Amino acid sequence: MSATTDPAEVPVLGPGQTYATVTDRVTGVILTKKTPKGWLLGFGIAFLFMMLMLFSLTVLFAKGTGIWGLNNTVAWGFAIVNFVWWVGIGHAGTLISAILLLFRQEWRNSINRFAEAMTIFAVANAGLFPIIHTGRPWLAYWLLPYPSLLQLWPQFRSPLLWDVFAISTYVTISLLFWYMGLIPDFATLRDMADNKAVRRIYGVFALGWRGASRHWAQYNRAALLLAALATPLVVSVHSVVSFDFAVSSVPGWHTTFLPPYFVSGAIFSGFAMVMTLAIPIRKFYHMEDFITDRHLENMAKVMLATGLIVFYAYIMEVFFAWYSGNQYEKFMIYNRMTGPYAPYYWALIFFNGIMPQLLWFKKVRRNIPLLFVISLGVNVGMWLERFIIVVTSLHREYLPSTWAYYAGTFWDWSLYIGTIGFFVALLFLFLRVLPMINMFEMKELVHHLSHRGKEH
Amino acid sequence: MSESVYGLIAKFDSPEAVVEATRSAREAGYRRMEAYTPFPIEELAEILEFKPKIQYLVFLGGLIGAIGGFGLQYYASVISYPLIIGGRPFNSWPAFIIIVFEMTILVAGIVAVFGMLGLSGFPMPYHSVFNAKDFRLVSRDKFFLVIESRDPRFDAQRTRAFLESLNPEEVTEVQP
Repeated sequence: MSATTDPAEVPVLGPGQTYATVTDRVTGVILTKKTPKGWLLGFGIAFLFMMLMLFSLTVLFAKGTGIWGLNNTVAWGFAIVNFVWWVGIGHAGTLISAILLLFRQEWRNSINRFAEAMTIFAVANAGLFPIIHTGRPWLAYWLLPYPSLLQLWPQFRSPLLWDVFAISTYVTISLLFWYMGLIPDFATLRDMADNKAVRRIYGVFALGWRGASRHWAQYNRAALLLAALATPLVVSVHSVVSFDFAVSSVPGWHTTFLPPYFVSGAIFSGFAMVMTLAIPIRKFYHMEDFITDRHLENMAKVMLATGLIVFYAYIMEVFFAWYSGNQYEKFMIYNRMTGPYAPYYWALIFFNGIMPQLLWFKKVRRNIPLLFVISLGVNVGMWLERFIIVVTSLHREYLPSTWAYYAGTFWDWSLYIGTIGFFVALLFLFLRVLPMINMFEMKELVHHLSHRGKEH
Repeated sequence: MSESVYGLIAKFDSPEAVVEATRSAREAGYRRMEAYTPFPIEELAEILEFKPKIQYLVFLGGLIGAIGGFGLQYYASVISYPLIIGGRPFNSWPAFIIIVFEMTILVAGIVAVFGMLGLSGFPMPYHSVFNAKDFRLVSRDKFFLVIESRDPRFDAQRTRAFLESLNPEEVTEVQP
């Protein structure tokens, strides 16, 4: 085993956990008639914001994108900012489930399920924005290559079409990966449920899984292959998203370091979101034995590492603007730092660059409230980063006669906040009906840890 | 008489016990058997000499995805509707690579999941082993070994005695 087992370290699993206790704790949350009051309250609030999203979408479909703050100069606003932000958040789930699986990092076992759920809900939100920002979402199927009566094909040389393929592949593979991981746990729920209807519903999704060793062998091989496929996929997705910018010739966008910058930013924001969700969830459901302080500390380390890459990119951006000798590039950075959006820029530097430096200290990584604050800050900072990338490059482009100012309207904000509500509402539903922790992998962990105990 | 049952099932309390039992049964010459566990135990498939074959299908799926992805773009840009854009050649393959890559992953991934399910015979709404006593615990914390009555060495009394000798918690019959 590659995992370090320093006895002084906080374990990845609380003491005294057995196969039965893992099963009972995780299924107990779902197979109970009692819905916690806190759940109802949280879901209710999220549901209200989800209604705000639907309201905002209705007005958008009725009136068109004119209700947004877009103008001729800044044609990419909140829709693209939110799209990039949500896709980025999704990346942590795939990273945890695929890349950490390949590296045999056992600590991932308890957080991968809801990180994957988070991925799917975030990507669902992300997919919404490019479709609605076309202005005529009912024609979105024109993006797909099909032999149409128009006799036209989409433009395969365009990064915008690459995006269609990258995002739809990402959604499909994430969903399949998630479902595959759930099959044995569906079987557990089927077997644990006393209610006949509940047993039947979970039974349908379990497909008849019965834990046969031959099936497990096939299953493990497929999971490993899927992880190996998802790993380059997750890197490709945000690279392709960055091509939307990098392939154009707009100052500040037309740079070669954009793909790695975007990918590390995505992982950075994704881990921040996992942290933001994991801290309250484990407290509310008393899952501290499964999502231990060790998990939070490891996630903080990943955040620190990716945050440093992102901060390095911020510095390189400035350096290349100067080094290129291109007056438009130089102006873009100057305008970013001192122009109308300067407060946003400096806020993002603070949230993404300065504040995460606290994570160098073990005391901070073990301080749960502080971790929560830092992760929230990173979420905000990463949204600001995308806003700065999209808006500051566009609003003062080459010709001063086209310069303009951009700000989101009520409808921009209501849609953005509404999608957060949608995301949280889906998470609440997930916590109520699906096992939030991968039970069979946790049992594997119990098994491995017991063996390790015997060796000592 | 043995035709009327699906087989005999032995219940064990630990993964070590079921691995040991499966090995003994294999050495005793039994072939038509299966171990059921709450989580994957690699030794079991090794003892039963089972080798997963899903990787060949996934490779084939990736190949189909790659060829299909390129073929789609080539057909659209060169054969169906050639259009000069930015002075690029019709077959501007470097720009096609990304979609080829995504299609490779997409098809290979779909084949990995559905191929795995298909090779294991899922969805399977009914299976005799679900009739076994306490089999519900297989997904919780119990480990089972089933020797099927189809096995040429199967004999209701002798196989039962053999299973009893492996220190199980219980040995029962599985109705078909």
